[in-house]
Amino acid sequence: MARDALVQEARELLAAMEQALMQIEAEGQDAEAINAVFRAAHTIKGSAGLFAFERIVSFTHIVESVLDRVRNGSQPLDANLLTLLLECSDYIAMLVDAIAARQEEQEPDAERRARLEAALTALLGVVTATPPPPATVAQPQGEPQGKVEVESGESVSSDNWHISLRFSPDVLRSGMDPLSFLRYLGTLGHIVHIVTLPDALPAAAEFDAETCYLGFEIDFASPVDRQTIEGVFEFVRDDSDIRILPPHSKVAEYISLIDGLPEPSGRLGEILVKGGALTESELTRVLAQQAAEPVPAKPLGALLVENDVVPQAVVAAALTKQKQGEEKRAQEQKFIKVEVSKLDALIDLVGELVIAGAGANVVARRQKDVQFEEATQALSSLVEQIRDAALTLRMVPIGEVFQRFPRVVRDISRELGKEIQLVVTGADTELDKSMVEKLSDPLMHIVRNAMDHGIEPTEARTAIGKPAAGTLRLNAFHESGCIVIEVSDDGRGLDRERILRKAIERGLVQPDQQLSDSDVFRLIFEPGFSTAETVTNLSGRGVGMDVVRKNIEALRGEVEVLSRPAQGTTVRIRLPLTLAIIDGFQVMTGEAVFVIPLDLVIECVDVSSHDTRHNILKLRGEPLPFVRLRELFELPEAGEVRESLVVVQYGQQRAGLVVDRLVGEFQAVIKPLGVLFSDMKGISGSTILGDGRVALILDVPHLIQRTARAQAAQSWPRQASALSDR
Amino acid sequence: MPLFATDESGTYRLTGELTIFYAAMLKDELVALLGTAKAPLSLDLSGVEDIDTSGVQLLLMFKREAARRGASVSYSGHSPAVLAVLELLDLAGTLGDPVLIPNAVR
Repeated sequence: MARDALVQEARELLAAMEQALMQIEAEGQDAEAINAVFRAAHTIKGSAGLFAFERIVSFTHIVESVLDRVRNGSQPLDANLLTLLLECSDYIAMLVDAIAARQEEQEPDAERRARLEAALTALLGVVTATPPPPATVAQPQGEPQGKVEVESGESVSSDNWHISLRFSPDVLRSGMDPLSFLRYLGTLGHIVHIVTLPDALPAAAEFDAETCYLGFEIDFASPVDRQTIEGVFEFVRDDSDIRILPPHSKVAEYISLIDGLPEPSGRLGEILVKGGALTESELTRVLAQQAAEPVPAKPLGALLVENDVVPQAVVAAALTKQKQGEEKRAQEQKFIKVEVSKLDALIDLVGELVIAGAGANVVARRQKDVQFEEATQALSSLVEQIRDAALTLRMVPIGEVFQRFPRVVRDISRELGKEIQLVVTGADTELDKSMVEKLSDPLMHIVRNAMDHGIEPTEARTAIGKPAAGTLRLNAFHESGCIVIEVSDDGRGLDRERILRKAIERGLVQPDQQLSDSDVFRLIFEPGFSTAETVTNLSGRGVGMDVVRKNIEALRGEVEVLSRPAQGTTVRIRLPLTLAIIDGFQVMTGEAVFVIPLDLVIECVDVSSHDTRHNILKLRGEPLPFVRLRELFELPEAGEVRESLVVVQYGQQRAGLVVDRLVGEFQAVIKPLGVLFSDMKGISGSTILGDGRVALILDVPHLIQRTARAQAAQSWPRQASALSDR
Repeated sequence: MPLFATDESGTYRLTGELTIFYAAMLKDELVALLGTAKAPLSLDLSGVEDIDTSGVQLLLMFKREAARRGASVSYSGHSPAVLAVLELLDLAGTLGDPVLIPNAVR
């Protein structure tokens, strides 16, 4: 759907725009970065114009006018303007969101828009007022004007619509004739001028009689509205390049038109005339001079500017077009855009393939046919490779999430009056695309919290001999089948006593309870828990951290907090690499089959040789808490079995799971549990075995926590009731 | 059917529909004609009953290709259907050759 493509493109461009603005702020003005900002605004406006999203076009237009002045040096780019431009990009993002939500008819925030527009037009006004008009006034009428002000805000004199048509090459084959659209257009008004562009016609050898090569530039006089004109081309709009400019369009809109048209810049003059940016007489003058010029003739573009008949911006746009085209081509070769839903469908299919492959394996083993078994083994190894390849298709660098933060840190540090620098490492660590989107809000909360509560005000820092500027670190890395994301600050650290006091006040813990540091710090993720003494604009309202935990747990991940007084706090998020397919370790208790994510399995131990009192087992001298799945899931006794213990590890914690039988490795396609089971603890999903039976996937992080708590409860039986989760 | 029947001199006649349905076939014949015929070529369009975008493209391509090979092609006897399209697309200057706009059409 074209609208989705527009929204996505606009969002990417806004991200690029923001990045360029941040770069300017960090490294000073740089023509390339300013151009990048301008191009982004310009392209957003152009595409929005195609769809007649007027709100975004009119707003971006003013932004673009200011940017144009920045670009040609008539408007200095100072800190205030940078902030203003960043706010404008935020507002454009809101307008884009409105389009995504199909609410483009409503202004998202009229007041904010008015404020931003006022600030922008104030800048424009100041500059237009400065060049003293007398020189222009003194010129006799009819003579060519003096210097043409390079200003994309000015309108062209043409009273007509301008329509550029580049039909899809396949339009004829689909049974449509461009002529019939033109005839119909003629019934809505008067075609003042039409230019048929045969530029794309190839030589006879390459000429395909059924491909449409012709383009049309039309000047059209009509009282109808834009929608009516667009309606004419409704059937061909999706594949064809159709641009419609209303009467008295801005010069900038013509720039955009030139940018988008496929004809080479050699056709510049003609396109400009037909486009109405120039009148015929202006072009004739230029052509006459060109004929008189001694060889080598200057390029037409240079002549036009020399004669001041075309605003420089227009020519620049036409001339840079070719270069941009080349850049675009180079990028296209490297990446192709694929709809996420298509990838998801592929991964679903691969999941089914994995299950079917497992089924074939089971059959092969039963048949005891060596050749058959070998064949299925070869198949499974290929299926495994396909699975991995398919999953990496969805992997994206976490930099996509991190790239928002320079801006966030900048804005918040200003708001708080703290000097904070951001250090990002591991931005190219990859994770599943579906997680990227869900990770961004939790990270935002954590970062805000760190800046607001973690990092001390400058005076407080200097007083205790810390560097005046606080440091916030974002880090990401892979660790045993997980991605770990850390947000660290070098601030004051969490106040253990205050958290504990508050938790006791709220009845979350008993006053005489013994808690480890990490247990205490985990309390900040409880709903409604805030230790901030003053509620600031950003955080301290006690919402946020519990939402963070919920979001992370919904991704089968875990959050933990490490903190040292006066040295800082690290929030560590651990997420599984993928949500779809895992390598599992299959175990059985009674008749029930369970799957443990293989990445989390450390070793398997024979239980019978160990002393297993109090659900603690001594393994190589270390105590290891464990749980019997039979007891946990209340399965019937199976009589004499030789129990095994699977040691699992998540993060730094280990625990044992006692099972009847170890079955072996197995690729598990994770099927989510239904809503009915959403409250169930200890199970994170289900999967289908090769023989069609259902196996449950154990929620290892939960089980480890549970055994740890049970162990704590045994050591201090008095507090057991407060901590148990039953 | 479009096709063309030859006159004795250098004049060829196009008749019937100059549309997408016959465009591919006609293209081959036109190109073949360029290879064999002696310059200058004249194409009589008086028998053209209908013409669409593909037909216009063909006429443009034919003229260009001839020029590229150093030959020349002129169109004559434009039928009302052809004239209407040339006017719609403002191509009379390019494809009109002897610009003959009969009173009946104007």
